[in-house]
Amino acid sequence: MRETLRKENRMRIELDINGSKREIEVEPRTTLLDCLRDTLGLTGAHAGCEHGVCGACTVLFDGVAVRSCLMFAVQAQGSAITTIEGVTPGPGELSPVQDAFCETHGMQCGFCTPAMILTAHALLADNPNPTREQIVEAISGNICRCTGYAQIVEAIALAAERLRGANRPKDARP
Amino acid sequence: MKAAPFEYSRPADIDEACALLAADESARVVAGGQTLVAMMAMRLARPTRLIDINRIAALSYIRTEGDDVKIGATARQCVAERDALIAKSAPLLARAIPNIGHAATRARGTVGGSLANADPAAELVLCAITLDAVIEYRADGESGEIPAREFYIGPMITTLPAGAVLSGVRFPIWRGKVGVGFHEVNARRSDFAFVSAAAQVELGDDGKAKRIAIGVGAATDFPLRLDSAEAQLSGTALDEKTVRDALRAALADVETLEDLHASADYRRRVAVDLAARALADARNAAQGKPHAH
Ligand code: FES
Ligand code: FES
Repeated sequence: MRETLRKENRMRIELDINGSKREIEVEPRTTLLDCLRDTLGLTGAHAGCEHGVCGACTVLFDGVAVRSCLMFAVQAQGSAITTIEGVTPGPGELSPVQDAFCETHGMQCGFCTPAMILTAHALLADNPNPTREQIVEAISGNICRCTGYAQIVEAIALAAERLRGANRPKDARP
Repeated sequence: MKAAPFEYSRPADIDEACALLAADESARVVAGGQTLVAMMAMRLARPTRLIDINRIAALSYIRTEGDDVKIGATARQCVAERDALIAKSAPLLARAIPNIGHAATRARGTVGGSLANADPAAELVLCAITLDAVIEYRADGESGEIPAREFYIGPMITTLPAGAVLSGVRFPIWRGKVGVGFHEVNARRSDFAFVSAAAQVELGDDGKAKRIAIGVGAATDFPLRLDSAEAQLSGTALDEKTVRDALRAALADVETLEDLHASADYRRRVAVDLAARALADARNAAQGKPHAH
C-alpha cells in the first residue's frame, strides 16, 4: 500500500547539476541531499546530522551556499546546483580553493571539507578580499571535528590571495 | 532522519495556497523551510501536504509605503540583511538579522517564515514586538492583519487564524534622530539565543529620549516589551544608572524561562545587561548621526 502510494507520488524534476541538465524522478520527501547522493551519485555532499546543524551537506544553489538537507529536491526544480564534484577546472585538477586546502593542511578526515570548500567558493565569489573575521563568520555554520579551524581559515585566506593575484576573480565562482 | 511521505504543491499565488491549506487541516505551508524541514526530518512534524510558497514572486517584496517598511512573507533573510531600504528605514532589522542562524540558513530562510514559526528566541519576532510591527495575512480570499503584540501568545503559538497564510509584515518607520541596538548571548555564535535584547530610541533636540522601545527575547515564552521601563525612561538622558534601575524593576516580576542552558535568574540578570547595552548603543547611534529623512 505504502509502496504504491510512494510510486504514484513521485515527481519529475529537472536540475542543472554541475553544468549539465539532469531529469530525474523523486518522492517529494527526498531531500536535495539524498537526491544528490542516492539518485545522482554525487557523494561529495556529505550527510552529517540531516537536520540543519552541521553544515556538511552544503552545496551551491544558484550560486549561493545552502544546506541541502534543509530542502526537498522537488523545491529545487529548474535550479542550478554545484557540488564539490563540480568545482574542479578539469579531470585530475583542483580548484584554487582545493589547492589551498591541501597546502595548508585544511583537512584531516575530510568529512567537513567539501562543504567548507563550497562555502569558501561562495564567499570568495561575493567578497574577493575577506578579512579573517569575515572568513570565520562565513564558515561559522560548518562544523569541523578535526582541524581546530585554524588551517581552514588559513586555506581560505591563501586561496583569496591567489585568486586576487590571478586577477580573475570570476574563477572563484565555479 | 527522513521525513514521512507527503504530497507537494507549488501554488501560483497566495489565494491558491489558502485554498490548499483550507482543504486539508494537516497541510503545512513551507517558506524557507529552515525550521520546518528539520522538524520533518526528525518527524516532529508530519504534514500530509506541503504547500510551497517560495516561488510566489508577489510575496518577496521589500518596499516603503507611507510610514511603513513592508516586507513580503518570502523575502529572504539574506536579502533583507543587505537591503539598503531596510538599513535606512528599519535599522533595527539590519542590526538583528545577521544574528539569525548562519549565512547558509539565511540564504533560504524567509522573514515571514520566521515570524510565523514564532520561536521564542527568534530575532525577527523580537524586532516585530519591539517596533509594534503589524502582521498581514490572507484567508478565504480576504486580507487581514494582527498587531505583533497580539500575534504571539506562546512558544511557537500565534493567533494566525486557521487556514490563513501570513503574507507579509509592516514595520513603522521612525523619523528624526533615531538609533538602534541589538545584543544576544548564546553558546556559540549564531546558535539559538539564551537571551536577546533590542532597543530603538529617538532623541529630541535637547538630547533626551523622545521615543523609546525596548524588547527582550528568548527569556520568556514569547518576546517581551518592557513598557514600564520605556515609560520611566522617556524624557530622560538615558544615563547608565537610571537605565539599569528601570530595566531591573521592569524585569523583577517576570517569570523567565529555565532550562539546561540557563537558569531563570541568569536569564533575568543577563536580560537587564543586554537591554542596557542595546539602549546605550541606540542612544549613542542617535547622537552620532541624525537618521536620514
Ligand atoms: S547534514 Fe545538513 S546540516 Fe548537517
Ligand atoms: S577534517 Fe574532519 S571534520 Fe573537518
